[in-house]
Amino acid sequence: MTRALINAPKTARRGEIIEIRAMLAHPMETGFRTGTMGKAIPRDIINRFVCTWNGEEIFSADLFPAIAANPYLAFTAVATDSGTIAFAWTGDDGETRTAETEITVT
Amino acid sequence: MRDKATTSGLRRRDLVAGGAVLALTLVAPRTARARPSLEEAIRAFTGGAAVKTGRVQLAVPPLVENGNAVGLSVKVESPMSETDHVRRIALFNEKNPQADVAVFHIGPRAGRAEVATRIRLATSQTVAAIAEMSDGSFWSHRADVIVTLAACVEDLL
Repeated sequence: MTRALINAPKTARRGEIIEIRAMLAHPMETGFRTGTMGKAIPRDIINRFVCTWNGEEIFSADLFPAIAANPYLAFTAVATDSGTIAFAWTGDDGETRTAETEITVT
Repeated sequence: MRDKATTSGLRRRDLVAGGAVLALTLVAPRTARARPSLEEAIRAFTGGAAVKTGRVQLAVPPLVENGNAVGLSVKVESPMSETDHVRRIALFNEKNPQADVAVFHIGPRAGRAEVATRIRLATSQTVAAIAEMSDGSFWSHRADVIVTLAACVEDLL
């Protein structure tokens, strides 16, 4: 189950630069820690984030273990047309978590 | 009597040797975990191109209490037009177990070259932000951070 927080305006004027903030609930286990009995805890992080606007990629990020737990990313985008802003987080487990938000551009 | 002495002597020697092996296995993973230096990591990102100082503004608190989540933002001076924009922004650290922090891919669709995230810092160190422009030039800014509670490598209790 994806537990994500998306913060983006619902409406924008054409050409306006909007700020998009996205956070995913994820432990981002670094692989550098040891647990009980000194056993290494295997790495499990989100290594790729992609944001698309009506299918067109507007922002992406390669993430490493140095990103804090519950990866938070804030970036900007030019509001071009109404539609869907989609978010995808891919982890070491190969699984992709997705979220999306609608925007109306006038 | 003599036999018994030898066995106990051997045993003691075994114990010492075993202790040495144990110490090695405890120390080895830490030393084997050699990471590239900050400069090497930046060179790998730029492909050896010259990195100029300026145009990039890395905002990070100079003193943080908790290295587990250090908020930072990077701003790059750029018109962000089709012909002149920022292509990538990379973050590197000096002393974490791994030099890479993140690489952001942006373009003219971003409008402004501005990103923010939260990172982990294992100890007090330098953080560097490198921006790659569409003309192939690289710009950077570094900031020193003092961390009072480390992250990344702490063990679970």
